[in-house]
Amino acid sequence: MTDTVVRSADRARARSADRRPEGRRGRAGVWRQRAEIALFVTPALALLVAFIVVPIATAVQMSLYRWKGFGPMVDFVGLRNYVSVLTNEVFTDAVVHNLIIVAGSILLQLPLGLAIALLLNRKMWGQGLLRTIIFVPYVLAEVIAGVVWFQLLQPQYGVIDTMLAGVGLHGPEQGFLGTPEYALWTVLVVLTWKYLGLAVILFLAGLQGVPDELYEAAQLDGATWWQVQRRITIPLLGPTMRTWGFLSMIGSLQLFDMVWILTGGGPANATTTMATFLVNEGTKRQNFGIAGAASVVLFVIALVLALAYQKFILSRDSKEGGR
Amino acid sequence: MSADMDTAAGRARRDQASDRPDQRPARKRTFSGGSPLVYAIALVVVAVTLGPVMYGVLGGFRTNAQLAEDPSGLPSPWVWSNYAGVLAADSPFWGYFLNSTIIAVVTTAVVVVFGIMAAYPLARYRFRGREALFMVFVIGLLFPATVAIIPLFILITQNYQMGNTWWGVALPQAAFALPMTVVILRPFLMALPTELEEAAQLDGTSRIGFFWRILLPLSGPGMVTVGVLAFVGSWNAYLLPLLLLQGDMRTLPLGVADFSSEHSADTAGVFAFTTLAMIPALVFFLAMQKRIVNGLQGAVKG
Repeated sequence: MTDTVVRSADRARARSADRRPEGRRGRAGVWRQRAEIALFVTPALALLVAFIVVPIATAVQMSLYRWKGFGPMVDFVGLRNYVSVLTNEVFTDAVVHNLIIVAGSILLQLPLGLAIALLLNRKMWGQGLLRTIIFVPYVLAEVIAGVVWFQLLQPQYGVIDTMLAGVGLHGPEQGFLGTPEYALWTVLVVLTWKYLGLAVILFLAGLQGVPDELYEAAQLDGATWWQVQRRITIPLLGPTMRTWGFLSMIGSLQLFDMVWILTGGGPANATTTMATFLVNEGTKRQNFGIAGAASVVLFVIALVLALAYQKFILSRDSKEGGR
Repeated sequence: MSADMDTAAGRARRDQASDRPDQRPARKRTFSGGSPLVYAIALVVVAVTLGPVMYGVLGGFRTNAQLAEDPSGLPSPWVWSNYAGVLAADSPFWGYFLNSTIIAVVTTAVVVVFGIMAAYPLARYRFRGREALFMVFVIGLLFPATVAIIPLFILITQNYQMGNTWWGVALPQAAFALPMTVVILRPFLMALPTELEEAAQLDGTSRIGFFWRILLPLSGPGMVTVGVLAFVGSWNAYLLPLLLLQGDMRTLPLGVADFSSEHSADTAGVFAFTTLAMIPALVFFLAMQKRIVNGLQGAVKG
């Protein structure tokens, strides 16, 4: 499509060329076009260079030096920062925590989101309102949701512990967020609450793309509701689910706000993520070399997982000739 | 559970079939009808979704004594002092609100203006290296702000001298939002009919004139979509402001987090502050719901 647009644009230019000599594609025309392109693209590129390229390059540079944040970087240590990051149990645990959040988010939100989307994908009273409500947690800042949940989860005084006590159960003494065995799972539950709405909204949009004729045909064949969902709806929702999974994975790998608010990475580093680790090293301990190495490792992990996801999961879409 | 749903849906289907035997069922009617079970599940979903938010809103109307005595009770009597305290003229809330607003507006303006400018030649000029230039933006998608956060903090405070300023937060936020913006806007601009350019050229309009007078007005919907996404992203951002802003320059998310840790004993006050901090985002969301949802779906369909 691109080509046709461009080609007809060219044709138009050629047609008007005899009337407007300066529009002809002479040497001057080429330079003029280049100048226009530069004029349009430079502001965006300048911003990318100043705030993405230079910082990323600096992160790589930092990772090779021992540096406390002032003066020039002179104390070159080669790959030693990487060795100390990768052998640091806090960091390797953080990687595991991120992976648990990646897998846990998908395993919880995919079936729940799918079930709710299938449920809402029918004509029912209050459907629009329901869709709006389910999306509310997603729109709130992670920090604001985190602060509210932090209060709900307060040990003893919090409403969740009170409700548990009401049915004869007792939360852990230090609270769900204060007990190392529960903290990460509690964070996962709060994240599920926060992000389920996104999955539902995207799945609902995907369901709009399933042609009615398929439902009608299945209905004529006497298929039950459950059969229709399993054989028609869910397979056709594949591309949407796979793309959603990608977004969810990338988000989980960068998880910071919610953990920082709920636990700060504690207790006893039970909820540290790669992002909280590198922010801690960079801002609280001034270990910029370590923070740089952790940044690069985070990027490499995210890139490898993204490429693997692309190769093994998203590639199905193009093979099937989907969108 | 599935068996229940089967029969419920089946019943609904049969009812419908007998109702309108010869009519072609309307869109999505095929397995329609809310059975009581569906409504029950929907109610549970609503309760779980809104419960925490409503608890915060109501908690702001209670006193700390009420909250301690019966954490799951309703306000009795309702007190307004928590909310009034947050909204008082000397409350830091208004400063946070102002900072959040200015940073979000600047971020949005920069993203939309620079984004549409970059997308224009990438969509409607023909030149060598166009796809390569577009790839620069696509690759930009792969670099999350988290990876660059520590060097950004150092560069912005030391080299760019923009620490603790609105620009120091807005510009990097805009930079990280630009790749997605260009990726969304380019196909949008490509879809506009070529006849527009031909007509403009016959009238003797230059390509820059075309951009200003024809393309910009026509790209309104696309720009609103990317603008809304940038605005919400900036409004909710925490990590970058956390590292760059202190004192009076803090934004609402920072204010909420700090208020909650500084007044940890004043639970009712924290609830009131948090509730008031949610309102702008919720109002904005309700006003822009369609755009936000469309934008996200556009991103997924990519």
